[in-house]
Amino acid sequence: MGRYSAWSLLSNAMTRQRKWPRVWRNPAPAPRYEAIVVGGGGHGLATAYYLAKEHGIRNVAVIEKGWLGGGNTGRNTTIVRSNYMMPGNTLFYERSVRLWEDLSRELNYNVMFSQRGQYNLCHSPVQLDAARRRGNIMRANGIDAELFDRDTIRRRLPYLDYSPTARFPIQGAIYQGRAGTARHDAVAWGYARAADSLGVDIIQQCEVTGFIRDGNAVVGVETTRGPIRAAKVGLAVAGHTGQLAARAGLRLPIETHALQAFVSEPLKPMINTVISYGAAHFYISQSDKGGLVMGGDLDGYNSYAQRGGLPMVEHSLASAKALVPGLSRLRLLRHWAGVMDMSMDGSPFICKTPANGLYLNGGWCYGGFKATPASGWCFAWMLARDEPHADSANFTLDRFREGYQIDEKGVGPMPNAH
Amino acid sequence: MLRIDCPVCGLRDETEFTYGGDATVVRPNMSEADLEPWLSYVFLRNNPRGAHKEYWHHVQGCRQWLIVQRDTLTHVIGDCVLSGDAPRNGPAHET
Repeated sequence: MGRYSAWSLLSNAMTRQRKWPRVWRNPAPAPRYEAIVVGGGGHGLATAYYLAKEHGIRNVAVIEKGWLGGGNTGRNTTIVRSNYMMPGNTLFYERSVRLWEDLSRELNYNVMFSQRGQYNLCHSPVQLDAARRRGNIMRANGIDAELFDRDTIRRRLPYLDYSPTARFPIQGAIYQGRAGTARHDAVAWGYARAADSLGVDIIQQCEVTGFIRDGNAVVGVETTRGPIRAAKVGLAVAGHTGQLAARAGLRLPIETHALQAFVSEPLKPMINTVISYGAAHFYISQSDKGGLVMGGDLDGYNSYAQRGGLPMVEHSLASAKALVPGLSRLRLLRHWAGVMDMSMDGSPFICKTPANGLYLNGGWCYGGFKATPASGWCFAWMLARDEPHADSANFTLDRFREGYQIDEKGVGPMPNAH
Repeated sequence: MLRIDCPVCGLRDETEFTYGGDATVVRPNMSEADLEPWLSYVFLRNNPRGAHKEYWHHVQGCRQWLIVQRDTLTHVIGDCVLSGDAPRNGPAHET
């Protein structure tokens, strides 16, 4: 597989684009690997890539039951940011943004990372105070954050509702200029191509049905294409973590919930940034194709169905209309749902499990896409060295036993409220 | 739209209800001093992909707490009873 470059574009144009090589191999599973990563989404593929690249462990298989990036990697609203303030989250997400900033070059694949900035709107003086505190914590950790008043927001985002009848008047916003969006499919494909070129076997349409045990240790997986052994097995199957972990006898602080996303018919360029509504759970940006990409709240009840209910469609679009009145006659083109691992404190897991040789990456709630590079980086570190990376050291299962939950929103053990 | 057959009010839209989570979780006896049962009660869930017994509060109707059987994969709703009528399988309401 060659590198992509101006020369490769030109030479393939000369041969009428018919000689592009396959982007990754389609190998049959070997009976044994050094490490297995279950889940061929962004996190699993990134883990395999960094295992091979940073730790020299190339005898690795990524096992995916469907196709690459067919789960939450391809179902999110593509927002990348690092405006977190809880110790344990802050530096992890900032590492992720820094990896994002160089990702296209790193992978030799254009992930279309666009640092178009993100506004979190505030609708009361109290909310503005909380935003100021968050911004100060971010800046103390070396993360960019700016606080804007109503007049500045009005000048920058003139299409929001500033009328006297606005139900939740905009008082200001906290802004992260290095936040942005990326092309989600390209992230999965870029990591897959880069991992494959380092020797990682990517095995699609192969479902893990159980674990091979040796006493308390996990020494491989049973799959629909036969048993595959490895000294280390990492799970990166967010959405179905609880279900797969149950096959290893684990009961986790996770519930699975459906989260919807929406795309409108295409418009001319209108929203050149990412905007989060502070009065309801709602966020909006515009894709390069012109569609407005919107997301809202969970449907609210446990669900493994990758489709959403209509009440949340109405709720989210009502939020869109309240925020940007000009959208009232816009039509929706598509809407879909992904199933989230909602953890009991809204924060993820990158940790060992009680079963030796079995490692967990999951519980990403709403935050999985932006975390992809750092998640892979830290999970690879854990698989290779058998110890947590400093940036993900707090993402343990034990934090609930020990009383160190990382509850960014402060809502307690209510998975549907994070 | 889920439609829940409330034993008091009849068939109603999900928007009248508030979700209350897994109904198989049972609070330990208040005299329980061991950490594990409380850890399990507060934080750990079976999270099944399929049949799920769950609480719903008919907050914009009769205001009763219900226990509803629902499939988390298909969203098909089965039995629905008043929480107070459901058989107790643990010490949750002992004093």
